[in-house]
Amino acid sequence: MSAETDATAAGGLAGEMEVEAYRRLFPLAFLERHLRESVRPDARRLAEARPTTVALGAVSSAHGSALVRLGDTAMLASIKLEVMSPSAETPDQGSVAVEFHMPPICSPLVRPGRPAEAAPVISKALEDVLMSSGMLNLKELCLISGKASWVAYLDVYCLNADGSLFDAALISVVAAFTHLEIPLVSVGDDGRVFTVGGNEGKTKYELVNREKRKLTLGDIPFPLTCALHKDSILADPTAEEESIIETSVTVVLDSSGRLVSIQKPGGGVTSMATIKACIGLAKERGQKLKEILTDSVEAMEVDQAE
Amino acid sequence: MEGGGGERAGGRKANQLRAYSCTRNPLERAHGSARWAQGDTVVLAAVYGPRPGTRKGENPEKAAVEVVWKPKTGQIGRQEKEYEMALKRTLQSICLLTVHPNTTTSVILQVMGDDGSLLPCAINACCAALVFAGIPMKHLAVAIGCGVLADGAVILDTSKAEEQQLKSFAHLVFPNSSKSVDVKESQQKDGQSERGLITSITHGVMSEDDYFNCIERGLAASARISDFMRTTLQKHTPDYL
Repeated sequence: MSAETDATAAGGLAGEMEVEAYRRLFPLAFLERHLRESVRPDARRLAEARPTTVALGAVSSAHGSALVRLGDTAMLASIKLEVMSPSAETPDQGSVAVEFHMPPICSPLVRPGRPAEAAPVISKALEDVLMSSGMLNLKELCLISGKASWVAYLDVYCLNADGSLFDAALISVVAAFTHLEIPLVSVGDDGRVFTVGGNEGKTKYELVNREKRKLTLGDIPFPLTCALHKDSILADPTAEEESIIETSVTVVLDSSGRLVSIQKPGGGVTSMATIKACIGLAKERGQKLKEILTDSVEAMEVDQAE
Repeated sequence: MEGGGGERAGGRKANQLRAYSCTRNPLERAHGSARWAQGDTVVLAAVYGPRPGTRKGENPEKAAVEVVWKPKTGQIGRQEKEYEMALKRTLQSICLLTVHPNTTTSVILQVMGDDGSLLPCAINACCAALVFAGIPMKHLAVAIGCGVLADGAVILDTSKAEEQQLKSFAHLVFPNSSKSVDVKESQQKDGQSERGLITSITHGVMSEDDYFNCIERGLAASARISDFMRTTLQKHTPDYL
């Protein structure tokens, strides 16, 4: 660590070195020289998030899916519905099974055959946020009370891990649920519930759920991760920034401005003012994400109309 | 701060903590160990190390901390993985990692009883065990579980039965309140570092005010816990120090 400070102090060494070599040898000094100019290594301002795109319906075999890009981070979420008998305690509710995958292609840090340490933690965080935010009304996933309900298998695949994985994962989950279209189901003579394929007009069966094809989403949660380095708050850090900076705060706010979660696992001691600043940034980010999501829904409708 | 609102089960007030106890080195062979109890939540923490070498992927210029969480029964699941991660990051932030570079310190945590506020209890236990093992640390970590009820009231050190009724909860970790021999310095420090936050894990929807209310009450309670920790550690300090 001391070598890095020396390098900045002297300045001479840096002058003679190639930028890329300097970046790898003295990552902290490299970052700090940028921060002194209030800019980040990828030319972003400190509080600026990376460009975000949402593409709905990326997987045609799933009932709902979305591909989200957050800079270079790419996250694919897909939902598959299956009919199951609901549990005895909640006969009028469906259920959601959340799984977050980090295959070896997503990052050089993930080795084949050995599951990534971060994956179960992000799975858990996603499930917590999804269930506690009140975005989903599980009663809507019920078909016949006590007899049949949907179980939504939600799988999130990290295709490219370049920082802020939880943010990208949550945005993709929300987008996949907005895209989700519930298939038509019918009850056979033997009392079994089965899904009816595409052409709804011609079927001879009586349909159970002709009206309810889309879920009504409640308050939608929007995340923002901030990396904290000394007095600077870096919104939406990249993998490079995350590897240098130890302290990070993830704020999830719902669309009515309430806190769904604040996760700060360890790192430096942070003042309340900084936490408040992060919440402020998350509010702004939430507004932007809401617009991006609405735009993507409109874009998809235009596509379908054509 | 005392007595905000109605009585809780067991006759506790909203800000009242359960009976805390800490036993030094209950395990013979560990380098340091602690049994920490908050009411019926009891955990046993053992520290082994620092031993040479770090695992692949860790920074060899620093000391690594490894946390193994052993649940009371059954297999380790997602919840335990999350606890492990929170615990590891918290311990990394309070230890002086540059003193023993390229070493690994293992912290093994055995849950013996879970009656709510399990993670805060575990963090307190690990912190005490690290002290008993003589691992160099910046400061202590003091953890507290805060629960928000449906009417917005905040209760501290929640029990399992209370956790069922909560709207949301926050597990907060603060640095211990500094107490310096030099009166001037301690006042100065109080102003600067007292109101910091090391770890925050929340669950459930709450308003921003609820959250900062939790922090304020948690901070007040953390002073009491850190006093308890201080007296316990001082009592156990061997004579030669």
